Amino acid sequence: MAKILMKGNEAIAEAAIRAGCQAYFGYPITPQTELLEYMSRRMVELGRVFLQAESELSAINMVYGAACAGARVMTSTSSPGFSLMQEGISYIVCSEVPAVVINVMRGGPGLGNIQPAQGDYFQMTKGGGHGDYNVIVLAPTTLQEAIDLTILAFDLADKYRSLVTIIADGMIGQIMEPVELPEIEPPQRPEQPWALTGAKGREKNIITSLYLGGLPLEKVNLRLQETLEEIKGNEVRYAEYMLEGAEIVVVAYGTAGRIAQTAIKEAREEGIPAGLFRPITMFPFPYDRLDEVAKGVEHLLVFELNAGQMLEDVHLATRDRLPIHFYGKMGGVVPSPAEVLAEIEKIASPQRGER
Amino acid sequence: MERKVVFAKPEALTDAPTHYCPGCTHGVVHRLIAEVIDKLGIREITIGIAPVGCAVLAYNYFNLDVAEAAHGRAPAMATGLKRVQPDKVVFTYQGDGDLAAIGTAEIVHAASRGENITTIFINNAVYGMTGGQMAPTTLPGQVTTSTPFGRDVKIAGYPLRVAELIATTSGAAYVVRRMVTKPATIASAKKAIKLAFQAQRAELGFSLVEILSSCPTNWGLNPREALEWVEENMAAYYPLGDYKVIDEVKSLK
Repeated sequence: MAKILMKGNEAIAEAAIRAGCQAYFGYPITPQTELLEYMSRRMVELGRVFLQAESELSAINMVYGAACAGARVMTSTSSPGFSLMQEGISYIVCSEVPAVVINVMRGGPGLGNIQPAQGDYFQMTKGGGHGDYNVIVLAPTTLQEAIDLTILAFDLADKYRSLVTIIADGMIGQIMEPVELPEIEPPQRPEQPWALTGAKGREKNIITSLYLGGLPLEKVNLRLQETLEEIKGNEVRYAEYMLEGAEIVVVAYGTAGRIAQTAIKEAREEGIPAGLFRPITMFPFPYDRLDEVAKGVEHLLVFELNAGQMLEDVHLATRDRLPIHFYGKMGGVVPSPAEVLAEIEKIASPQRGER
Repeated sequence: MERKVVFAKPEALTDAPTHYCPGCTHGVVHRLIAEVIDKLGIREITIGIAPVGCAVLAYNYFNLDVAEAAHGRAPAMATGLKRVQPDKVVFTYQGDGDLAAIGTAEIVHAASRGENITTIFINNAVYGMTGGQMAPTTLPGQVTTSTPFGRDVKIAGYPLRVAELIATTSGAAYVVRRMVTKPATIASAKKAIKLAFQAQRAELGFSLVEILSSCPTNWGLNPREALEWVEENMAAYYPLGDYKVIDEVKSLK
């Protein structure tokens, strides 16, 4: 298959189309907008549903409606828009209908800026909306991975009847890279006896997230938690780079993971035994594997484009049995590999680092 | 002896007893919708969207596929459902707080897009479910639990006239206001609901039937007084009438 040059936002859009996405609802917001624009052209050409909503609130509720009908459906947004979608996401999760949401993160809080950032980690991995829930969060580091994870997102949404998110950032959304787009057969989707398609020849279906009285809602919560346990058992994904003989392991994901990888290569060239542990599922977080990796090394360096959010999960995974260093940049500042290398050097040789 | 059915429960209603207060007109409107759905023979292709508010449990009463939306978002959810299954009939059932306060953006844009759905809008000038607070449609001077001295328009602003507002959108095909206070007005409301569903079936665009309704519990009136209050006070601020009926709808009948 020939590689073609594509922009991140467009590659994700095309991947969704190939995964059989039947309906897209969205609202323009930088640095995600090319995704919506791509959909506005291709979905219409293919006779599928595209609609520009009046807000992210409406977009996620249109997604909710289409998901209730059993359609493969998605939306995409960037940080402030993702905040607005939290209400709908909580309802979708409680209603147990499948949907996909792409978050191309930008600098925050507030209106922030349109630079790449990872400040939505807590919001994405720890629930985000009201009530007890989590959603699967997939973190691509290259455009090829963004394509593969977008396709996976639709399958996981179907499998667990839940909402799956992609945690991308302005860098992933805006860069261009050569990618391979797989030809995909029409998706084999599970039966959807719950879908709202009209009560013809069957009992009526109800999709609700209202369960009055304590016990009925507790039952739903227990079922949701059971599904989350299943997800934790089946879906943990991560990548490892130059871990052999590593004494300093950088933990980073997404764009930060990519910068770290270059820094680690350079560190190795300098003779510093550094390696990379890169979670791909931010939820479920690879606690066990990171704990295992940490057993054989002397230092962990957590690198994020935020104030230290995944850092808390690294503490949890390792129970602080080894020194955990943190290097983070906020507000859309993206450090170069040389800056990350300098942090690795500081840990490898404190005197040298202080020079 | 041969027996003929002269009166029966519509198939589009379940046997579940409703939770509505005595004298509330939600039950009347539910029944009208169900009768229309039966009459048009569309029960098996109709999907309802229930609101947040007193009618939140409407999904238990309609014998149809029903989704329960977040507060005010029913028109967005209906849009998603309808766009992926344009052959189905999709309607939202919304109260005044749901539609005219928290969900104003959703209803205006659904109408403006000419979304091929139907909205039944229950206007009873009060938040019923939360216990009688001011609604966007509460009348000037009306006492509620959050306007204990009466709605002072200098502080709380003016009531919103929804049918008039929605009628200004180019995407709306059929927008009318009715009330359900006595047999003649109820019959008129039923005709309007039927025409709204017919407009959707004919793919003519957005249709909305606003229905002035009573809330004896939160108004502090008995059921009969409450119906009189609708006729005397509400209908004065919210005149009954046809606010937009496009020619294609006129020729339906």
